[in-house]
This record gives sequence, structure tokens and C-alpha cells, in this order.
Amino acid sequence: MDFWPTLYVFVLASFIGLGVIRRVSRLLHTPLMSLTNAISAIAVVGSILVTGGDYPPRIRALGAIALFASMTNIVSGFLITDRMLRMFKTDRRPPTEPGARSGGGS
Amino acid sequence: MIYGISQLGYLVASALFIFALHWMNTPATARKGVYAGVAGTMIAVVVTWAEPAVIHHAWIVVAIAAGFVVGVPLSKVPLTAVPQRTALSHAFGGAAAGLVGTAEYYLRLSEGGEYLTPFRMIALIAEIILGYLTLTGSLMAAGKLQEVKWVPQRPVTYPLQNISNLALFGLALALAGAITRSPTAAWAPFVFGGIIALALLFGVLLIIPIGGADMPTVIAILNSYAGLSAVAMGFVLDNKLLITAGALDGSSGLILAIIMCNAMNRSFTNVLFGAFGQVKASRAAGEEKVYKSETVEGAAQVLEQANLVVIVPGYGMAVAQAQHKVRELYDQLKKRGITVKFAIHPVAGRMPGHMNVLLAEADIPYTDLVEMDEINPDMPQVDVALVVGANDVVNPAARTEKASPIYGMPIIDADKARSVFAIKRSKNPGFAGIDNELYFGDRTWMLFGDAKNVIGELVKQLAGGSGMH
Repeated sequence: MDFWPTLYVFVLASFIGLGVIRRVSRLLHTPLMSLTNAISAIAVVGSILVTGGDYPPRIRALGAIALFASMTNIVSGFLITDRMLRMFKTDRRPPTEPGARSGGGS
Repeated sequence: MIYGISQLGYLVASALFIFALHWMNTPATARKGVYAGVAGTMIAVVVTWAEPAVIHHAWIVVAIAAGFVVGVPLSKVPLTAVPQRTALSHAFGGAAAGLVGTAEYYLRLSEGGEYLTPFRMIALIAEIILGYLTLTGSLMAAGKLQEVKWVPQRPVTYPLQNISNLALFGLALALAGAITRSPTAAWAPFVFGGIIALALLFGVLLIIPIGGADMPTVIAILNSYAGLSAVAMGFVLDNKLLITAGALDGSSGLILAIIMCNAMNRSFTNVLFGAFGQVKASRAAGEEKVYKSETVEGAAQVLEQANLVVIVPGYGMAVAQAQHKVRELYDQLKKRGITVKFAIHPVAGRMPGHMNVLLAEADIPYTDLVEMDEINPDMPQVDVALVVGANDVVNPAARTEKASPIYGMPIIDADKARSVFAIKRSKNPGFAGIDNELYFGDRTWMLFGDAKNVIGELVKQLAGGSGMH
């Protein structure tokens, strides 16, 4: 197998990653982490190939566990990222009337 | 034909992932990034599932369904638990890479082993070492963050710790070298199992000497490892999408770790091998100093007179779940025309960006969240700095005391404000075990108590004082 092309992809993708991530707003570092986590759960691709291939059951069982783990990351990663990002707002509700709302909104 | 379609799908998914991260550069476009990520993942899953080599579908359906069953509740954890969830998801990512690597090796071995070229073996071993190390390391980190009983909270150190760790790592490398040369030897499967065991052990050993204050860095490093294990899987499977996505994740973790290290003026090696939390010997020496404490009524009066108030949140705010009360205080002050800003230290909390998310949850506009470097020049003009559960990140010892373990760490200059109120649960020192000079300053007054209660009282005072309700 010629592995040089894959090494090229890795090095170039790393540079893109460094360039893009450096510009990510510091406000968003927590959602960034959950987002990259969901994206790297693309390892799901490898799990599907192992789980669905014509292989002995014990091999496929390992794949199925890996598939479950990746899928969990995909689902929870994207959902929680979106949930967090929804909270970042510039303008809140219009200024409340005096006394209209002094209690908590939690 | 089919090959072309799947490769096109992977290419599009790679581009979408890059856009996803690009859109994270401002909160205004960030949600688009999530959609791009979801789209990329869906495309990749569909084209892979449609591969002719995939002939069994039942287990795939079950595993995906199980992923949804576990993933949906995991996405609904309270935001104070996000560091644990993140660590847990790194563990899942590591486990997936490790398991696929294990399956690949034993599968190709049973097929005769022609597939196991030296390059693939190196990639496979990198995949399983990174994968399993990330699995146990992240589980330990999650345990520490969740304060699980059987995971020691304080850093655990023992003699020759670093040397024995290095020796273990050397042993793993030696085994890796042997198995790369003869991947199909009779002993090879056992050596492969041995490497897995060493990686699992190594993950545990790597995390036990690390204290809570270093968690942001460690989580970022584990994030990087999880990404790199996906890269290694990409090398094994010759899949460029995996390599791209893994490299994006790996570089993201790396950059975050570097930012965290810079924010503590420490190096990678120092975080990983320095056992920070152990340093507390110097504390006992020196005369007893006295705190000046202040009543909530007094603090409320001072706050009312201020023009510019800066709130410095720390991990204590997260522990006390005080962010919603902080928002009420923010409202009360805003109503009086007082400018309120939040000074965010990069390592405040237990993961990068932790404070920002908690304050955003409490509905505080992100335009009022100011980074350390931006707010420090303005600190002398600040009338009141209100420290809520932050400790080491406002400790002036970082500037002056060479003996202090946090010496050289950039801090938020709360001590330069005209007056300082510090809310603190008890009189004990912070996580790093160091006395905080700020608390004894001339212009500092302490408000002892649970952050949530103290701020709640402040809000009541301010609300009552203005004649409303």
C-alpha cells in the first residue's frame, strides 16, 4: 500500500485544523470541544465496516460496541453543542419593568 | 462506480467538517457549524452503510439505536457537569478506536496476515495505544470531576513515579517493535493483548498525579489523543475522511491545551509530570493573617454606589450553582445604570470555556464576558471587583512570590480595583493549596458563605433598597 498520500492528507488537515481552531472565539471553547468530539466520532465509519462485514461474530461484536460508543458521541456531542450555543445571545429580553420580575428565572 | 460515490461522500463530509469549525469563530454563526457537522456525519454514515461489503444490518441498527438511547440523556446533563460529560465522551471515542483496532488486528491475523504490513501495524498499534490510554485516562478524569468516591481527588504521587511510567511506556514500545516485525508469529496475539493492557494501565497512571486545577489542560490533551486515535484508524483503513476529522480534533485539543498551559505559565511536561497539587509545604510558615469580613448589607451599599463592577467567576460559582443568582445581581446592578462586566480567566473552572457556558446559560449576554487580557488594563478604574468562587486566578502571589507554585501565571488583576469583595465558602485555601494574598489586601472585604446564598442576599438587599417589592 502506498501510504504517502494518507500522510499528506494528515499533515495538510492538521494545518487546516490549527488555522481554523486558532480563530475560534474563546467564548466557545467548551462547545468547540463537544463539537470536535462529535466530529471525530466519525470513527463510526470504521465501526460500521467491522460490524456489518462478513466476519466472525466475535469480531463483529467488538465492532458493534465501538459503533455504539461512536454513535453515543455523535448524538450527545451534536445535541449538547447546539444546546450550549443556543444560550449565547447578545441581546437578552428587553429590560424588565421595575418590579415586574425580581425573582429567578432558573 | 460505488467507490467513486463513497469517496465523493467522504470528500463532501470533510469539507463540511472544516466549515463546521470555521463557523465556530463567532457565536453568531456557530450553530450553522453544528448543522454542517451533522450533515457531514450523516453523509459519511450513509455512504459507508451502503458499501457492498456491509452485509449484516441487524447489529448496526441495534448499536445505533443504543447510541441514541444513551446519547440523548447524556446531552441533557446540567452545564456544571459538562466537564465530566466531555471527559466521558473522550473515553467513548478512545474506546471506539481501540476496539476497532483490536477487531482489525485479530481479523486480519485470522485471514493469514498479508494485510498486516509494517505501516499498518504501526498505525494499528498507535490506534490501540492512544485509544485505550484515552479510554482509561478519560474515565479517571471523569471520575475525578464527578468526585466519584473510589477515584482519589487529590493528586496521587509515589517515588519514581515518572521513571516507572516511562519504563512502562518503553516496554510498550519494545513490544510494539517486536510485533511490527513479526505480526503473525505464534506469540504475536498475546503481545498484542499485552500492549492493550499496558495502554489501559498507562491511562490510569497518567491521570492519578493530576489535580483538579490542571483538569482544563488534561481534558484538552485527552481530546487531542482521542482525535489522533481516529487518525491512526484512518491510516489502518486507508480512509481520508477519518484522517481529516481526526486531525481537526487532534489539532483542536492541542491548541486548547497550549492556551491552557500559557494561561498557567506552565509547560505540557510540567502539567503531566509535575504533580502540581502536592506543593503546599510553604503555606504553614508565616504569621497568621486576618481577614476583614463584611456584611451583605455593607457590600450592597458599596455596590450601589459603583459605576463599574467587574465580577470574577471561578469554579466555586459552578460548585454552588450560583450562576442564576449572579444573573439576578447583574440585573439589579444594570437597572441602576451600573456597568457590569465579567472577567474570564482561561483556566477558570474545570475545562476550557467553562465559565462562559455557565454565564450564557444564566442568560448573560456574551458581549459582557471579557477575557483576562482585555479587562486587566481597565482594572484600576473598576469600583468593585466581586470575586465569586475564584481563587488562584486572582492570587497576586503569581506576580510577586517566586516560591509560589503559581508564580508567573497570568492573573486577573482584581487587587487593582478600588475595592474588592470576595465570596468564599470557607477560610481554607484553594485547590492549589496556596494562601491568597488578595484576601488580606487593604481594600478587600470577605463575604463568607455559599456563593449562591451570599449573592441571593445581595440581590435581596439591592431589590429592597430600591423600594421595589
